[in-house]
Amino acid sequence: MSEMVSGGDVVGARLRAASMRRRRRSLVAPAWFVLPAALVFAAVVLWPSVRSLRYAFTDWSGVGPAHSVGLSNFKALGSDPQAKAALEHTVLIAVVFTTLANLLGLGLALAVETRRRLASLVKAVIFLPAVLTPLITAYLWQFILSPDGSLNRLLSDVGLGSLQQPWLGEPGLALWSVLVVLLWQFVGFNMILYVAGLKTVPAELIEAAQLDGAGRLRRLWHVVLPQLAPAITINVFLSAIFGLRVFEQILVLTGGGPGYATQTLSTLVYVRAFQEGQFGYGAAMSMVLTGLVAIAALALYAGLARMRRA
Amino acid sequence: MRARVGNVAGEVGLLLLALVFLAPLLVGINLALRAPGLTTSYDALTTHPVLSEFTAAWRQAGMGSAILTSLLITGSSVLGVLVFAGLGAYPLARSTARWSKVTFGAFATGLLLPFQLALVPLFETMRSAHLLGTPWSVVIYEIAVNLPAAVFILTGFLRGVPVEYEEAAALDGAGPFGTWWRVLVPLMLPAFGTVAIIVAVIVWNDFLTPLLFLSGAASQTAPLAVYTFAGQLAQNYPLIFASLFIAISPLLIFFVVMQRHVIRGFAGGLKG
Repeated sequence: MSEMVSGGDVVGARLRAASMRRRRRSLVAPAWFVLPAALVFAAVVLWPSVRSLRYAFTDWSGVGPAHSVGLSNFKALGSDPQAKAALEHTVLIAVVFTTLANLLGLGLALAVETRRRLASLVKAVIFLPAVLTPLITAYLWQFILSPDGSLNRLLSDVGLGSLQQPWLGEPGLALWSVLVVLLWQFVGFNMILYVAGLKTVPAELIEAAQLDGAGRLRRLWHVVLPQLAPAITINVFLSAIFGLRVFEQILVLTGGGPGYATQTLSTLVYVRAFQEGQFGYGAAMSMVLTGLVAIAALALYAGLARMRRA
Repeated sequence: MRARVGNVAGEVGLLLLALVFLAPLLVGINLALRAPGLTTSYDALTTHPVLSEFTAAWRQAGMGSAILTSLLITGSSVLGVLVFAGLGAYPLARSTARWSKVTFGAFATGLLLPFQLALVPLFETMRSAHLLGTPWSVVIYEIAVNLPAAVFILTGFLRGVPVEYEEAAALDGAGPFGTWWRVLVPLMLPAFGTVAIIVAVIVWNDFLTPLLFLSGAASQTAPLAVYTFAGQLAQNYPLIFASLFIAISPLLIFFVVMQRHVIRGFAGGLKG
């Protein structure tokens, strides 16, 4: 706009702007531009999803005819101990992952957002696992965490042999091992989002606090954190949704085992629908998961928005 | 003097941090470079690195053609996403009509849907369209599933672009398509770059879709080839890791060369 104004007097510019506004109606891009994207998305994602969800009210096995069974799939969910365990694991993973990914992500961001020579290299190294295939977590970490794997061997080499564990084989431990692997692979995402947030904190604010004699921790708590509110919002939001939906990493790392110790709602949907042929039941479970994600997304959105206003 | 000691300590601290994150990959590389037939522990430092596991994996797992398939699938998917989402973002960013908001909302739900379930009805459709087992079944799915995020990023970006550029083009007599192609596409290039990087990483790494659509087919993606190969190997970790590092090498090279752009792309794209 400013370029146009500089050409003539103010009144002339106003007139021209007004005629532009009138013309803008005809300038709006034609709706058909969005048709290819909408059609592809509707045909390949939306419609099959809707078709799939309809099976939640049937006993369909994946092939052959489907018979309507009303709500019995949802009733069965309530009395399926494995579904209950999967729900607990899903919530646990989402809560612990969100908490640690944000604390560690912010800590790492503060560590690499310095003028040190190695900082940008270290930032790239920490982010690297996040752009690698989930198969990395499968093979590398299965090897490292296996009973005679690198971690146990390292423990015995440094004289801590008593701490050796079957990291993925012990039901009580496997879920925490999975969480460590998830953090190793994805905390770099949180870090770079916090780094981007830190860049928006005005240096004058920090200098002013420094002049007022505020120490490092006080500056972080009273000056930097409030400025990071948008970064915290998006980070918490993304990691919670990721945590609730985490799928491939668990499928390839433990396959939900040992037993059902690391099964989450998304992996159990896959097991029931694809491996056991209970497609209708899996579809019902998937509806529950979708509802959970939607509720969490809305609640987080409202909660974080209120926090930012406060 | 004290400041210098502090500086060195800081650099050493950073180096240790990097090492923690790099350690699992180093364990894998160490093992993949090991000479076959050694009887030392799998964690022993490989003092005489050889590439024999890599050449064996390359031949036996058919990694050459798998990487070509992955390149074809990734390239086509990125191009498809950019064209569809780039076109769609134009009216979605500029129109305030009801249909525009509804369409935008429909794309938004796509970010929350659990994607696994759509795969079964889709599997049948692909089979009846004789696309199953061809790279195109994967390309079609990847384009569709990545559209919501791309539409979000591009629409958000375009809303920040002043409408005056389009008005100037319209005064010069350009139609809507000409305006899009000659005015908006050049302006959207940075956002296109962001989307291309994110989609390329997601598509290259995707494992479940090729597993369902390409299992047993002649064309395999790089991760799928590793998975199939590893399944026949019964924990022959040196060979598994060698094939794994071949599969991730194109992405690894891309990341090392384009490091700043990749990090900025993900930071910017996810923030939006």
